[in-house]
Amino acid sequence: MRNSKVVTLEEAIRRSGLKDGMTISFHHHFRGGDKVVNLVVDKLAQMGFKDLKLAASSLSDVHAPLIEHIKSGVITGISTSGLRGELASAISHGLMKEPVVFRSHGGRGSAIASGELHIDVAFLGASSCDELGNASGCPRSENAKSICGSLGYALPDAQYADHVVVLTDDLVAYPNVPMSIKASQVESVVVVESVGDSSKISSGAIRDSKNPRDILLAKQAAKVILASGYFKDGFSIQTGTGGASLAVVKYLRESMIEQGIKASFALGGITAHMVKLHEEGLIGKLIDVQSFDKVAAESIANDQNHQEVSSIDYASADHLGSAVHALDIVILSALEVDTDFNVNVLVGSDGIIRGAIGGHPDTAEDSALSIIVCPLLRGRIPCVVPKVTTLITPGKGVDVVVTEYGIAVNPSRPELAKALAEAGLHVVDIKALAAKASSIIGQPDPLPFGDRVVGVVMDRHGKQLDTIHIIQE
Amino acid sequence: MEIKTATAGTLESGDIVIQIAPGDGLQIDLDSSVSAQFGRRIKEVITETLEGLGISDATVTATDKGALDCTIRARVTAAAVRATGKDVWKD
Repeated sequence: MRNSKVVTLEEAIRRSGLKDGMTISFHHHFRGGDKVVNLVVDKLAQMGFKDLKLAASSLSDVHAPLIEHIKSGVITGISTSGLRGELASAISHGLMKEPVVFRSHGGRGSAIASGELHIDVAFLGASSCDELGNASGCPRSENAKSICGSLGYALPDAQYADHVVVLTDDLVAYPNVPMSIKASQVESVVVVESVGDSSKISSGAIRDSKNPRDILLAKQAAKVILASGYFKDGFSIQTGTGGASLAVVKYLRESMIEQGIKASFALGGITAHMVKLHEEGLIGKLIDVQSFDKVAAESIANDQNHQEVSSIDYASADHLGSAVHALDIVILSALEVDTDFNVNVLVGSDGIIRGAIGGHPDTAEDSALSIIVCPLLRGRIPCVVPKVTTLITPGKGVDVVVTEYGIAVNPSRPELAKALAEAGLHVVDIKALAAKASSIIGQPDPLPFGDRVVGVVMDRHGKQLDTIHIIQE
Repeated sequence: MEIKTATAGTLESGDIVIQIAPGDGLQIDLDSSVSAQFGRRIKEVITETLEGLGISDATVTATDKGALDCTIRARVTAAAVRATGKDVWKD
């Protein structure tokens, strides 16, 4: 084809004008199955690059090989929504000189759009792409090797990066329509063996729980929704990751059918549960920033009413038109909630980074009703505490906390507490929950934090919210 | 008190494996998923429980998966009964 942009990875990097000290970016739509980050950074190391800043929409267990590239000085800065596994542990123990910058998905979109997070070269994996760079997360030929559905987190990168390289494992005939990333945004196309293992998208934080406690919490959260006053025809809903919050939808479904209530849209990470309700006619539209499993990815490929949305249009605080502003109900999980309703979803109670901010603060702040679902204890680890280890979502955006020992309502929402109590739900003071936890597990010793800062948490408006300190053994 | 090597408990979340072996004085080797926050307390509970059973010479190897104090006491007691042959619940 005339003007074909297909080149080798090495040639694409050379053409991009990438220099030491510049910022490269990646999306995480393949989650635990991602192959692009390691492939590209290995190549950059081989080509002799140093001091690169890696701006990923998120990183997970599979990115442990980055540890060596950090040690050798290829990567000297990271910004991401989350970190898990060996890489997270190494960073918590002081691997990097420069603190990792953590942003929510909406916060990252805003930072890219405002120029605060400037991307020099974006390396974006896609399940199909034509020779001119029209790219999609959906498979478009019988040779397709992968599927990730929505490319919502890659769209700000495609729009604002100085230079965009699309990597694909299925080069298809022009025109690859409908496209998510447009040819006009793309400088080079690189064909690789694999951009990601789609079977591993539904891993990590996303699991379908059979744990009886998760099911109990999910049922309680469904009751909160029914009694909240927001459960009426045309409502909108989002569920976060975590077994209990994902399962809430299953229990809402029955009430929706019984009472003839339909949702106008579901937002966010879209799961097979959401797709099922949509196909049954219970949810009008699916607004998808990230397809959380293969069923969701296949649905977005085939259904006009299942639409991709960029992280900016999903959750930016800078645009009143972003979808979170139209969201009624969000159900979220937590590692810790404190007695001021502040939430931590990033740093474990051992002080080691082990999660991701995701859209937690974005949806909590802008939705009409935010519900946190978490057990009182995980083993000997308390989830309701006097003060969160790391502040991620400020308590003013958190309305209800559902635990197996009772439901706490933010004092700023007395009408909600009244409605839940009148519906017969066990409403308790959040301080009583923290006291209950402490009475069972005893008084924990303080964590062995050092002075050095290894992580900085930015709020969704671009201000520093908290810092994460080095953990000492 | 004469002691044989004996164990009690499982590696399930919320449980603890206690192995008691002959030793000189009380030695506790603890591996815990919550050691930073509760390691000190777990050793304290093991020591108190053994002392309450009259055991002051033993080497204890504990592998903890976030067990609560009551669970730790129960597992230590069970391991001690097996190690000494002295049934504290009957006798």
